[in-house]
Amino acid sequence: MATLSLTGVRKSFGATEVIHGVDIDVAEGELIVIVGPSGCGKSTLLRMVAGLETATAGEIAINGARVNEREPMDRNIAMVFQNYALYPHMSVFDNMAYGLKIARRPKAEIAERVTEAARLLQLEPYLKRKPRELSGGQRQRVAMGRAIVRQPDVFLFDEPLSNLDAKLRVQMRLEIKALQRKLGVTSLYVTHDQVEAMTLADRMIVMNEGHAEQIGAPLDVYERPATVFAAQFIGSPSMNILPGEGSGDAVVLANGARVPVAQRVEGKVLLGVRPEHLVPDPEGAIALETGTSEPIGALTLVHGRLEGSTLDCVASLPGVHRESGLPAIQRFSVPPGLAHVFDAGNGRRLAG
Amino acid sequence: MAAGEHSGMVERRGASLWLTHAGLILGVLVIVFPIWLAFVASTVTQAEIVRPPMPLLPGDQFLENYRKALVSGINAPVATMLLNSAVMALGIAFGKIAISLLSAFAIVYFRFPGRRVFFWLIFLTLMLPVEVRIVPTYEVVARFGMLNSHAGLILPLIASATATFLFRQFFMTVPDELVEAARVDGARPMRFFLDILLPMSRTNIAALFVILFIYGWNQYLWPLLITTDPQMNTIVMGIKQMFPSGDDWADWPVIMATSILAMLPPVLVVIFMQKLFIRGLVESEK
Repeated sequence: MATLSLTGVRKSFGATEVIHGVDIDVAEGELIVIVGPSGCGKSTLLRMVAGLETATAGEIAINGARVNEREPMDRNIAMVFQNYALYPHMSVFDNMAYGLKIARRPKAEIAERVTEAARLLQLEPYLKRKPRELSGGQRQRVAMGRAIVRQPDVFLFDEPLSNLDAKLRVQMRLEIKALQRKLGVTSLYVTHDQVEAMTLADRMIVMNEGHAEQIGAPLDVYERPATVFAAQFIGSPSMNILPGEGSGDAVVLANGARVPVAQRVEGKVLLGVRPEHLVPDPEGAIALETGTSEPIGALTLVHGRLEGSTLDCVASLPGVHRESGLPAIQRFSVPPGLAHVFDAGNGRRLAG
Repeated sequence: MAAGEHSGMVERRGASLWLTHAGLILGVLVIVFPIWLAFVASTVTQAEIVRPPMPLLPGDQFLENYRKALVSGINAPVATMLLNSAVMALGIAFGKIAISLLSAFAIVYFRFPGRRVFFWLIFLTLMLPVEVRIVPTYEVVARFGMLNSHAGLILPLIASATATFLFRQFFMTVPDELVEAARVDGARPMRFFLDILLPMSRTNIAALFVILFIYGWNQYLWPLLITTDPQMNTIVMGIKQMFPSGDDWADWPVIMATSILAMLPPVLVVIFMQKLFIRGLVESEK
């Protein structure tokens, strides 16, 4: 159990700055997910906390103590790597026990802690096997077991599920969440998958090009995205962004459609509407020239263009709609409270 | 019809099978025949060898000839020469492996000034065989007073650019995450080297050991230069020393027995290490 705080953490490789100052205070037992597209600096941030990269500026503190200058082993952290990084020549037991062996713990204690972790992760039948004799999911568990046995202050996960198939990923996601709740260990979890971020996080950091675009609880980020980037990155399919002009209590789109919003807006803005918030309505302001549709089962994604423009727009309709059954022009309305308005200049959310 | 085709195919495969075997057997015979002759010569008396035609079947002097070779030899007992060769070959093999493992470890895992320069320097020495630098090396060894000593036999040959290069290439294929996992687990560099890198390299080490042992065993020029005392002769050069100078007669049965003895250790190393080697290959990454 520990707190973790990052204060103005920056990282440069030579002249290129890749992390432009990140601040966050992580409470005891909190699971923070760092999410962003590849190359946004999320892994670098995690590796700085691990001590595998040095921070160029700023402070990293665990339990209030600055750890910038400490080696990874002296920070009392444990890390789960994307490709598991199991020692290929060691048995599952030895893989999990290695850190404790180096720390010169008594043999009995090592055996006890490894057995306990193995029980927790249902790895008991495999303790004598070598990593190559295990399936992907089992290897993933061994990597988690190696982290657990050390009883660290902070868990660091670097895209731990991205090498698993889709079904296993969902299962392991649930297991990680349950385990983290049970152990109550403060955790940082890096992923590029927004579904993982939404389901796992207590709070998430949405990163883009080395900036923390937004830090907040998943539903807060979903409901009140701070920037256009956060709005489009979180949620699937991603939010429609339509440029327009503010005119009091509505946004006038390029094709002249007036979309009412729940706030006063003036000047050039971007209107953000999630596909699931487009409600079919014969009187609606937004008219789509419908194109392809993708029935997923529970819902249908209708791709189209805003009438009279080249702007792509996606609507998500509940139930099954065949492409042939859709009218050439489908009108939608947006409940005013569910439309988001962003500044056209800097992409920031305009307070309502 | 179908059955006919079937049997035709079997016949054809059978023929090619016989042909391949015949070819292989012929090849083996060509290679084995001189060795067989040497073995036969080591089991007969001097008189039988010099009287044509040469005997093709072993005689009854096996024990006598080998005893004579091992215990008294001609200049020095062959047992002593075998021991010298073993010390030299093992010293070179283990020394080369240890040094090249460590230098490859340094080059791959540590950032220090001149890392590239050192790598290229090592790489350059690949192109300089012992013979090229033999005069200055002799000078150095002589001044250290290491003539006629095991150290003098081993040390000048102990650095290996080839092995360093091989281990470097292998270490570079080890995923970075493994190093990082070890760091997070608390392993200091030497601990990582001993616990993780070394066990992972065992297949490479076994293969290199075979090559380097044979390399050390077969050294001829260097031992010839620095061992003037027959007690320090290695067996490969010792065989040559057994040939008489001038009009003396050569004791062929003893020389042949020595040759056979000189061949045995490398053969044993290959046979024994081959098992390890194949097991290592099978066990390593899928």
